[in-house]
Amino acid sequence: MTSARTFFRRFGGLLRKEFVQIVRDPSSIAIALVMPVVLLLLIGFGISLDARNVRFGIVDENRSVESAGLFQAFANTPYFRPFSFLTSRAAEAALMRDDIAGFVVLRSDFSRRVADPIRAADIAIVVNGVDANNARIVTGYAQGVVATWLLGHRRDRAQPALAPITVENRYWFNPEIRSTNFIVPGLIAMVMTMIGALLTALVVAREWERGTMEAMLASPASMTEILLGKLVAYFVLGLGGLGVSVFIGLVVFEVPFRGSAEVLIAVSSVFLIVSLAMGLLISTVARSQFVAAQLAFLVTFMPALILSGLMFDIESMPRWVQAVTTVFPARYFVSSLQTLFLAGTVWPVLLPNLAMLVGFAVLFLALAIARTRRSLE
Amino acid sequence: MPASVTLTNLGKSFGATAALTDVTAAIGAGQITGLVGPDGAGKTTLLRLIAGLLTPDKGTLEVLGHPATNRDAVRRDIGYMPQRFGLYEDLTIQENLNLQADLHDLDAAARSERFATLLQFTGLAPFTRRLAGQLSGGMKQKLGLACALLPRPKLLLLDEPSAGVDPASRRELWRIVRTMAGTGVAIVWSTAYLDEAERCDSFLLLDGGRLLASGKPADFTHRLEGRTFLIDLPERQRHRVQREAASLPSVADATIQGRSLRLVLKEGCALPDVAELVGAGALARPTRPRFEDAFVSLLLAERPPVAAPVVQTTSAPSADGIAIEARDLTRDFGKFRAVDKVSFTVKPGEIFGLLGPNGAGKSTTFRMLCGLLAPSAGSAHVAGVDLGRARATARERIGYMSQKFSLYGTLSVRDNLDFFSGVYGLAGRRRSSRIAWAIESFDLAAVADLDAGSLPLGFKQRLALGCALLHEPQVLFLDEPTSGVDPLMRREFWSRIGALAEGGVTVLVTSHFMEEAEYCDRLGIVYAGRMIASGSPDAMKQRFVTADLPEPTLEDAFVGLIHEHDAERQGAAAA
Repeated sequence: MTSARTFFRRFGGLLRKEFVQIVRDPSSIAIALVMPVVLLLLIGFGISLDARNVRFGIVDENRSVESAGLFQAFANTPYFRPFSFLTSRAAEAALMRDDIAGFVVLRSDFSRRVADPIRAADIAIVVNGVDANNARIVTGYAQGVVATWLLGHRRDRAQPALAPITVENRYWFNPEIRSTNFIVPGLIAMVMTMIGALLTALVVAREWERGTMEAMLASPASMTEILLGKLVAYFVLGLGGLGVSVFIGLVVFEVPFRGSAEVLIAVSSVFLIVSLAMGLLISTVARSQFVAAQLAFLVTFMPALILSGLMFDIESMPRWVQAVTTVFPARYFVSSLQTLFLAGTVWPVLLPNLAMLVGFAVLFLALAIARTRRSLE
Repeated sequence: MPASVTLTNLGKSFGATAALTDVTAAIGAGQITGLVGPDGAGKTTLLRLIAGLLTPDKGTLEVLGHPATNRDAVRRDIGYMPQRFGLYEDLTIQENLNLQADLHDLDAAARSERFATLLQFTGLAPFTRRLAGQLSGGMKQKLGLACALLPRPKLLLLDEPSAGVDPASRRELWRIVRTMAGTGVAIVWSTAYLDEAERCDSFLLLDGGRLLASGKPADFTHRLEGRTFLIDLPERQRHRVQREAASLPSVADATIQGRSLRLVLKEGCALPDVAELVGAGALARPTRPRFEDAFVSLLLAERPPVAAPVVQTTSAPSADGIAIEARDLTRDFGKFRAVDKVSFTVKPGEIFGLLGPNGAGKSTTFRMLCGLLAPSAGSAHVAGVDLGRARATARERIGYMSQKFSLYGTLSVRDNLDFFSGVYGLAGRRRSSRIAWAIESFDLAAVADLDAGSLPLGFKQRLALGCALLHEPQVLFLDEPTSGVDPLMRREFWSRIGALAEGGVTVLVTSHFMEEAEYCDRLGIVYAGRMIASGSPDAMKQRFVTADLPEPTLEDAFVGLIHEHDAERQGAAAA
C-alpha cells in the first residue's frame, strides 16, 4: 500500500513535469487559449440565423405617397436595405445576379387598395429560395414590415384596422430574438469539448511517439497516477480556455449572463473532466499525434456541432437521431450553458444535465485507466 | 551464480503472430547478458516481458525471485531503458532526473547522493541545465542510463542502448555498464550489432522469436576455430571473386572485408585452392572467428542459402571521370550548421559509404546529393549534372532506396513495379521489359501478385531495390539499406550491390553500421557535421595498428579518428 507521502511525491513530480512541458512547448497553450478565440470569433460571426441588412428590392409601379411610405418602412428597420426598381423585370434580373435577396411588387393600384377598408392589399413577395432557412426568415420579416406599416397607415387615417385582434409577440429569455445569444453558449460548449479532448489525446500520443510512456509504465508510478497528473494539469489549462471563451461571449458577442458564476464553473469543470477523459480514451487507440487529432475532431467536433442542439433543435429530429444524441456529452453541456446564460440558474434543467455529465466523467475515466493499463499488449 | 531472471518455455503472441516461442534461459547477476538478434527477432518483447510491461501467454517467468504475476514486488528493483532512451525532451537533464527521483520516492539525502554519483559517473555534471532534446545521441544515451540507474536497480534492462550512437560514446557506455556489473547488478543489453555480442559475458541469440543459441560468446565462436581465414584480394573484380568463393562446396561463408576476403569453411572441409580462386601468390591467413561467423554458420544450417541471381545492369558505365562530386557542401538549419564544408568525389563503379552516428549530418548530406534539399553553400554534381542547375535531369540518373523501402503495402509487387516505372517516365516496350527484368533478376515471380506489405523483409528489400533500378540509373543511393536485417539477408543484398558496381553503377551508402561499412570500397567518416576522414576501410584501420591492437576493427579506427579530430579542434581553439 502506497503511503500518502509517497503518493504526493510521485504525483507532485508528474504534475511538475506536465506544467514544465506546457510552458516549454507552446502547442498546448495554443490549443487551450488561442483556439477558442479563433473558433468563437470565426463561427460566432460566421453563423448567424438572423436577417440583418438584407438587400431587398421594392418594385414600385404605383409611385404614390403610400408606396414611398412603405419603402421608408423597409429602410427604417435594421433588417433590410431597400432598393427601388421600376419594373419587376429589373428586380428579377437583380435577383438573378444575387444583388438582392428578394423583392416586393407594389402594383399600380397599390394606393387604392390600401385605402379600401374591406379588401386586403395585394402584395407579391419574391424571395431567393436557394437557402430555404434564410428565405423563410426574410419572408417572415418582409411580411412583418408590410403588416406593421399597413396597421400604422390605417390608424393614422383613422381607418378601422382590418383585423379586430392583433397578436403581440413576446419572446422570453431572448427578447430581441438574437440568434447570437443562443448560438454562442452552444459554441462555447463545442469549443470546450474539442480542446479538452485534443489536449489530452495529443499529449498522451506524443508520449507514445517519443517512447516516454513506456518508460513511465515501467516505473513504480501507477497508471492512475500518470493519467491523473495529465488530467489535473490540463484541467487547469482547460479552465483558462473556458475563461477566455466566456469572456469573448460576454464582451465581444454581448450575450447576457443570467445564471450564477459558481454554477457555471461547477458545471464546466465537470464537463471539462468529461472531455479530458474522452481525450485519454482516444489516446488508448491512437498512438500517433496525427491519428489522435483526427479522432478527436471526429468524435468531438462533429457531434458537438450537429447532435448537441447547438445548430439543430433536438426536439425536431427523428426519434432515432434523438436517441443517438443522448450518448454525446456535449448535448448536456450545451443545454446547461444555454440555460445559465439566457434563463438563469434553473435547477430542474441543470440537475439532470449535471447528473449525466458526472456519469460520463466517471465512465470515461474508468475506461481510460482500464484500457491504458493493457495498451502495450 | 544466482539467476536474476529465469525464463521457462516462455511464449508471447500478438494476435496470430508469435513474437516469442518456447524460450528457456537464465540471466545471471553481476554480468552482462547480450540479447542479440536482427530486427523483429523478439528482443524488445522479451525485455518488456521481463520489465513487466507485457504478460506472457505461455511458460513461466521469474524475476528477482518473484513470479511474473507479482510485479509490484520487483518494480522498484528494475531499471529499464526503452529504445530511444525514454527521456522527456522538453525537460532539462536535472528535471529528468528529478522526475525519476520523485517517481521512485527518493528522499532528499538519497537524491543528492545519487545525483552526484551518476552525474559524475556519466560526465553529464556540467550540462544539468541543458534540455534533453538538445543533447547529442551519446549524451541522451548516458542520461537515459542515469535515469535507469537512479533507484539502484538489481536488474538493468537496456533496449538497443547503442543503436545509432557514435562509437566513442558506445565505448563509454560499455565502461559504465561494466562497472555496474561489477557491483552485482544483472544487466541485459539488447543489440542488433553482432560485434557487441562478443563483449558480453553471456548471450541469448534470438531469431524469429526463437532462442537460436545461448551461452558464453567464446564457446559459441570456439566451434569455428581453425575454419576462418583472410585472403588478400586483387584490386579489381573483388565482388566476382567473392561470389565464386561463396559458391564453393567447402565454403560456408565468404564476405568482403576491406581489401580481404573472409572465408568460413564448412565443418571438416579443407581450405580450397587459394591461388586458383584469387590468383598466383595469394595466401590464406588464419584469423580469429567472430560472433557473426558463428551466427551465419548456424543460420545456414537451418536455412540453405538462396542463390542470389546476379543483377545484369544494362546501363553503360558513365564516361571516365567522376560520378559524384561534393564540393564544400554546407547546410544550415537556422543557427545550426548540420553539414559543414563536406567535400568528396566518387568514381564510377565505386561503392562509397558515408559512415557516422545519428545526427552527424550524413542524412542531410545525402539529401543534398539526391536533390531533395538545397545546400546553403557549396555545390554537388551527380552523374555529370550540377544539382544546383538541373535537379530534374540529375534525378533521372539517380536511383534511391530508403531505409523504410517506400513501397506501397496494399499494392501487389507487380503494381508497385508498374507504379514506379510510371513515376520514372518509362513507357511502352521499355516499361514492360524493365518490369520483367526486375521480376526475373530479383526472383520475385513467385510473389508477383501478393501485396507488398505482406512480404517478408527480404522480399521487400529486393522489391525496393528493383524499383530503384527500373530506370537504369547511373548512381544508386542507399540509406541504411541493411541495418537490423539478419546477416544472411545482408550478404544477399550486398552481393547484388557488388555485381551492380561491377556493371558500372556508382553506389553511395549512408550507415551507422560498422558491418555495413566493411562492404564499401571507400568511406567518408562524418562526425559533428564534418567529414573528418576518407579512404578505404583498410587504410583507415592500418593507421591505428599498434602492438596491442594488431588487427584493429573499423570501430577502433573510428574512435581513433574522433579522438584525433577532437584533439585537433581543441588545439585550434587554444591557438
